[in-house]
Amino acid sequence: MSELVVKASKLTKVYKLFAEEIAAVNNVDLEIVSGEFVSIMGPSGSGKTTLLDMIGCLDAITSGQLEILGKDVSAMAESRLVKVRRGKIGFIFQDFSLIPTLTALENVQLASYFAGKSQKTQKMTVFLEKVGLGPRVNHLPKQLSGGEKQRVAIARALATEPKFLLADEPTGHLDTENSQEILNVFKQLNQEDNLTIIVTTHNQKLGSQTKRTIYLQDGKIVS
Amino acid sequence: MNVVTIACKNLKRKKIRSTLTIGGVAIAVAVLVSLLGFDRGYQQSLTGNIDKMGYQLLVTAKGCPYEAATMMLKGGGGLRYMEQDIYEKIQNDARIDKITPQLVSTAYDPDRLEGQGGFAMYMGITDSYLELKPWSKFKSGQWFSSEAAEEAIMGYEAAEVEQRLVGDKIFIPNIDKVLTVVGIFERSGTQDDGIIFLPLKTTQQIFSLPNKLTGVGIKLKDIQQVGEFEEDLYEEPGIQVISMAQVRGTILNLISSAKVMANSVAVIAIFIAVIGVVNTILMSIFERTREIGVMKAIGASAADIFKLIWTETILVCTAGGILGSIFALLGSGVVEHIIKKILPYAPSGQLVLIRPSLLFGAFVGAIILGIITGIYPAWRAASMRPVEAIRTGE
Ligand SMILES: Nc1ncnc2c1ncn2[C@@H]1O[C@H](COP(=O)(O)OP(=O)(O)OP(=O)(O)O)[C@@H](O)[C@H]1O
Ligand SMILES: [Mg+2]
Repeated sequence: MSELVVKASKLTKVYKLFAEEIAAVNNVDLEIVSGEFVSIMGPSGSGKTTLLDMIGCLDAITSGQLEILGKDVSAMAESRLVKVRRGKIGFIFQDFSLIPTLTALENVQLASYFAGKSQKTQKMTVFLEKVGLGPRVNHLPKQLSGGEKQRVAIARALATEPKFLLADEPTGHLDTENSQEILNVFKQLNQEDNLTIIVTTHNQKLGSQTKRTIYLQDGKIVS
Repeated sequence: MNVVTIACKNLKRKKIRSTLTIGGVAIAVAVLVSLLGFDRGYQQSLTGNIDKMGYQLLVTAKGCPYEAATMMLKGGGGLRYMEQDIYEKIQNDARIDKITPQLVSTAYDPDRLEGQGGFAMYMGITDSYLELKPWSKFKSGQWFSSEAAEEAIMGYEAAEVEQRLVGDKIFIPNIDKVLTVVGIFERSGTQDDGIIFLPLKTTQQIFSLPNKLTGVGIKLKDIQQVGEFEEDLYEEPGIQVISMAQVRGTILNLISSAKVMANSVAVIAIFIAVIGVVNTILMSIFERTREIGVMKAIGASAADIFKLIWTETILVCTAGGILGSIFALLGSGVVEHIIKKILPYAPSGQLVLIRPSLLFGAFVGAIILGIITGIYPAWRAASMRPVEAIRTGE
């Protein structure tokens, strides 16, 4: 039996902008079990990032219910949310978001450090090899190509030994070829390590390669 | 990877900015260390100088006691004269342990200091002078051959300035007198080093000051009796009694206002340095808002971020503290030179005394400064909300 990774019911996020209220995510019901590879698609402003942030315990929810890895996080404040995500959820961002002063290896170590896990170079190298970074481990981010940077970012997410990965438009800054390669890394992680992965994307071609696709529009799941 | 290495790497990112901030702290610390070093050094030198005069009381002709005291410390006497009778009268007082009469005279020598001209100082003394200063040692030569010998003993520096050895002649300008050098004292670290000593009687004779003295130094058997003894001497006309303890207090008072001002400068420097540090760190966390958000997303807790920024601040302050201490050590000679020029009275000896304990204090102080100033920026960074931080600058 697969474990429930995400369980959302009537999940809602409302942003107040002046007098206006925007329901960025509106009454979403969603269940994701471990081992899934899900893509979230939808037009710009449809609430993909907002939904992902809530699932990643980066942001408090407005109403509804949200359980992550069996924990009810609906009413949690940041000080408690950090305990849920630390070492359990791996994040990957569109713009890679590596720490520019740290080498590839050190960026990966940093995540282990925050997660309170071993920082042994040998272990870090395993993660870097898994994403296909090979010999460039001692390069600074600025000495790496976009595709390579995103590989480091994935290795960094893996270093915390997370239960699932969240990637917000991980290929948004990459060309077609690199995008496909990054997606291949995700596929491999999902298949070989049975890692649960949730990505948002605008790219139909990539979205179609995941096991499941959720379409959002105006904060609601349309299919 | 630990918090210190990450913090160091962050500071290295903006090298010039970090260096300038550290420099600001360093200057403030250097100023403070120099001032505190001066505070200790000055008191110690002054006390040392006064102790090395050997007497606790000085009897001089009436006049401004402070002027007389300063003159005395500078080299032996205000140039007012008192009668030798008084010395004869009081020398047998039972309370006195040691007593020595002195007659100071100066002569302008146009050839001194490589032709710049300057005053040479002469002091007429008797055998009792050395009894008050048992630590005085001859570098070469010996004591005068007789009470009225036409001989001179030179202080260490005086001998160096005049380039004289035992057996050489020295010429006293204005009065056209030639004396033979019979001894040269070792360096004492006091004003005595610059004086040319003559027998008292010779001095009185060649400067045409028969039976005159400029001062009488007295050491009592019991220091508790100073007050009583002083009071008894009030009766004597034409003289005043100065206690060296008073002189010390007065001089310390004289420089205390200067010290207050200098200390305020140091406090302001520290204050500016603190503002600089807070400004730099705040600027760097605002620039790194997104990065901090990302760190939080990959598992950093508020405490982790707090520690990181706190460490950066403490590192800046500590580096500033160490650098400032080095500046203070290297610059103490220069500071000393300036202080000696500015101060109304500067005792000889090391005026800026920077002890290891002071340096250690500066080091600890800088760390504490970092701990305190780091709290606000660290708290600001730690309380950034991850989503907002990540969305900043997108
Ligand atoms: N901090 C905020 N304050 C107010 N409104 C916000 C905020 N963040 C997002 N929104 C709004 O919420 C809605 C959903 O935004 P979100 O970023 O989740 O969309 P998205 O699907 O990720 O878009 P994109 O594909 O362009 O990344 C948008 O209308 C956006 O304007
Ligand atoms: Mg988005």
